[in-house]
Amino acid sequence: MIKFSVNGREAVSEQPGDTPLLWVIRDELGLTGTKFGCGMAQCGACTVHVNGAATRSCVTPVSAVSGKKVTTIEGLSPSGEHPLQKAWIEGQVPQCGYCQSGQIMTAATLLAKNKQPTREQIVDHMKGNICRCGTYNQIVAAIQRAAKA
Amino acid sequence: MKNSFEGIAFRSLSRRAFLISSGATAIAVAFGSLPRKAFGQSAPISPNAWVRVGTDNLVTIYAPAAEMGQGVMTSMPLLIAEEMDLDWARCRVEYAPYNPKVYGNPLFGGNMLAGASRTTRGYYQIMRLAGMQARAVMVNSAAARWGVPASEVATEPHAAVHRASGRRLSYGEIASFAQVPENAPQFTPAQLKPASQFRLIGKDQPRIEVPDKATGRAKYGIDTRMPGMVYGTVLRAPVNGEGPLDIDYSAARKVPGVLQFVRMPYGVGIIAESYPAALKAKKLVKVTWSQRSKARSYNPDKLIGEFTERVRNVADKGVPYETHGDVRAALAGAAKRVTAEYTSLNVTHATMEPQNCTARVDGDKIEFWAPTQSPFGVFLAAVKAHGFKPENVRINMTLLGGGFGRRAENDYAVDVGFLAKAVPGTPVKMIWSREDDIQHTKPRPLTVQRLEAGLDAQGNLVGLHHRIAGESVYRRFAPPAFQASGGKDLPLCEGAYEPTYSYPSFALEQLFGETGVDVAVWRSVGGGYTKFALETFVDELAAAAGKDAVDFRLKLLDKDLRGQAVIREVMAMSGYRTRKLPAGRALGFAYSDIWETYMAQVVEVSVDRRSGKVSVHEVWSAVDTGVALQPKNIEAQIESSVVWGLSALREKLTYKDGVVQQSNFHDYPVLRMNEVPKITTKVMVTDNKPGGIGEAGLPPVAPAVANAVFKLTGKRLRDLPFRTETLKA
Repeated sequence: MIKFSVNGREAVSEQPGDTPLLWVIRDELGLTGTKFGCGMAQCGACTVHVNGAATRSCVTPVSAVSGKKVTTIEGLSPSGEHPLQKAWIEGQVPQCGYCQSGQIMTAATLLAKNKQPTREQIVDHMKGNICRCGTYNQIVAAIQRAAKA
Repeated sequence: MKNSFEGIAFRSLSRRAFLISSGATAIAVAFGSLPRKAFGQSAPISPNAWVRVGTDNLVTIYAPAAEMGQGVMTSMPLLIAEEMDLDWARCRVEYAPYNPKVYGNPLFGGNMLAGASRTTRGYYQIMRLAGMQARAVMVNSAAARWGVPASEVATEPHAAVHRASGRRLSYGEIASFAQVPENAPQFTPAQLKPASQFRLIGKDQPRIEVPDKATGRAKYGIDTRMPGMVYGTVLRAPVNGEGPLDIDYSAARKVPGVLQFVRMPYGVGIIAESYPAALKAKKLVKVTWSQRSKARSYNPDKLIGEFTERVRNVADKGVPYETHGDVRAALAGAAKRVTAEYTSLNVTHATMEPQNCTARVDGDKIEFWAPTQSPFGVFLAAVKAHGFKPENVRINMTLLGGGFGRRAENDYAVDVGFLAKAVPGTPVKMIWSREDDIQHTKPRPLTVQRLEAGLDAQGNLVGLHHRIAGESVYRRFAPPAFQASGGKDLPLCEGAYEPTYSYPSFALEQLFGETGVDVAVWRSVGGGYTKFALETFVDELAAAAGKDAVDFRLKLLDKDLRGQAVIREVMAMSGYRTRKLPAGRALGFAYSDIWETYMAQVVEVSVDRRSGKVSVHEVWSAVDTGVALQPKNIEAQIESSVVWGLSALREKLTYKDGVVQQSNFHDYPVLRMNEVPKITTKVMVTDNKPGGIGEAGLPPVAPAVANAVFKLTGKRLRDLPFRTETLKA
């Protein structure tokens, strides 16, 4: 049994310790906003925060988050009104939208440490996240808008 | 183990319960799927099959086609809202149920399928007429209530009004008494609103599903959850067409949480309490596979050699697709002849959401929860592959985490059918791993093309002979369409037929391979390689004729004003003639006319002559897709397909003896943020009937870049992916 916190609440997993955190979050806890994309930390769709750091949940065994604080897209803002989420909606960023939870969670860790990132800093921080619909330029614009908010 | 939370594999009921609640209620609001009578005193009315008017004044509109990012869950219902005169803020959208008689797309023979840039083109008139009909039902009901002629009743958004008496009834109020007539009034296209009166069409509206996509609440197929659900995956034969001869489950059976194995004609299904358990067991199933498939000899280099020989043998006309004039005679009499050959390797879709599907069998019934472009295909999977009666099949559509043609297939539905039949009464969610998704893709065809043209003494084009060798898509995917066309394959040569360029003589010929690999549609399909060939070839022809490449095209378009207009527009946008470029940069140009959409594109390119690396710095596009339903969304779709086209310059799926050699994003790299140029798109609104926009930005990318590369290096790129090593100086 592995105890940790998810979005500020206590969570317990009864899965084997090597179970990827991704599937515990999605299937055991029912938080499906975090997505399965590649299973090998190549695409970023599964990005969550572990103690505030952007983390690929598909390659993180649940045992590794024992006692830690996990934040998922559902917990980024209780009302869904994080400046990034507002900017995402205002800019109509998502197309298929499947990667966007991971994009937003990755971007949030950039804004947490850099209030006014340049385009280059944004690209450098975000280039690990794939968007197959190619919304990259809209993502950059939305991050810049959120930074100003 | 089934005594855990209603049988769901993972336990911890109370803890799950607190975490699941927020998302579940939110989505019900977003998609209007609250219980029917949640808001009003009486039941809603349905003026016709497309609309439901609640007495709470909320109107639900049915969306007939899959939302995969192209915006049709907004842009199609808006057509009804426009003609029915609805207040868009009081509308809700739901997927239409599977009922092709009502919701089928006439461009797909009346089947329910989203793809090939046919959703807007197929539904534009149908849904507007449905909206007009629904409006008439509301107007007639109000007129009857007031005892006035219907001709005196007008509408304002969401209400009927009788101006002479100052009376007004909201649609919700009308719903509380209206009787929907058995035979609803019929209208003709001539009666539809003129464009000058559009209130919603052409006026950007926020897409309805976007807020949920920014908060994680949006539900894709892979997010389907239900009580008692178990998880499945499939170990497929490494080569298409093979199946298991002998299966050893002994090691796999020991994995905790594994419930059942299912032998399939082409693989082995694994059902488990959790997806990780299913994956663990999958690795331990040992199978001896059959060795009979034709696909075992599938090797791209060898195939390109074979196809090249066939396109060169011009005496073999193959399957003539389109012919006018006598191109062979015209070329024989030409003052100058130009020939070039082009290749394209297979590529895969790699949708961000891997293929998956959920289903439950109850007795002789099956119900699906499917992220599919093709409810029709899911239906066929149930009826043809699994023998369910048509009336016993139920299909629920979800959002799609990308489609790009991949989800026009139904292999995931066939898979889950096998699994669900093995555990009747229990819902099964079947998920492909990313490795499955790439290695068991149905790729875009590998092709070889040969283009030959003749010029007269003045440098005028006298004929174009375009030959394409490749595996047929339609022969497998859509046999009725293939047979009806006389054995022609439309997607394979998309972009080569019905050109807007006018040629004195023209022949397009197809030469089909039979390789055993199932090829399929892939965003823009043929347009990705036919326009690459044609638009780089036109640059070569212009050079051979001693003419400017853009002027040469304008002459070929002398009868097509829309084609000329997009070209002139993109020339102006990019400053094509006058732009001051940094050293080592060049502009390339290309034109495309597929899906009734006109595109002209300019790209700014540089080449690193040490590595051969090609960089694209900026892209300008001018697009005329006729009536622009949602202009900003069109811009977004063009940009999306431009990025897809840039990615395709290097995407490469290779096979060795029929086995795909790539497996995930590390060895099938797609474009990332650091590789995306500045992209500017201008939507030129015209009053022509709307064309397709989901793929339109892609075809010009490869030829425009290759044309710029030629200016920089003097070398012609004639292969997709680009063989950039040939550019090293």
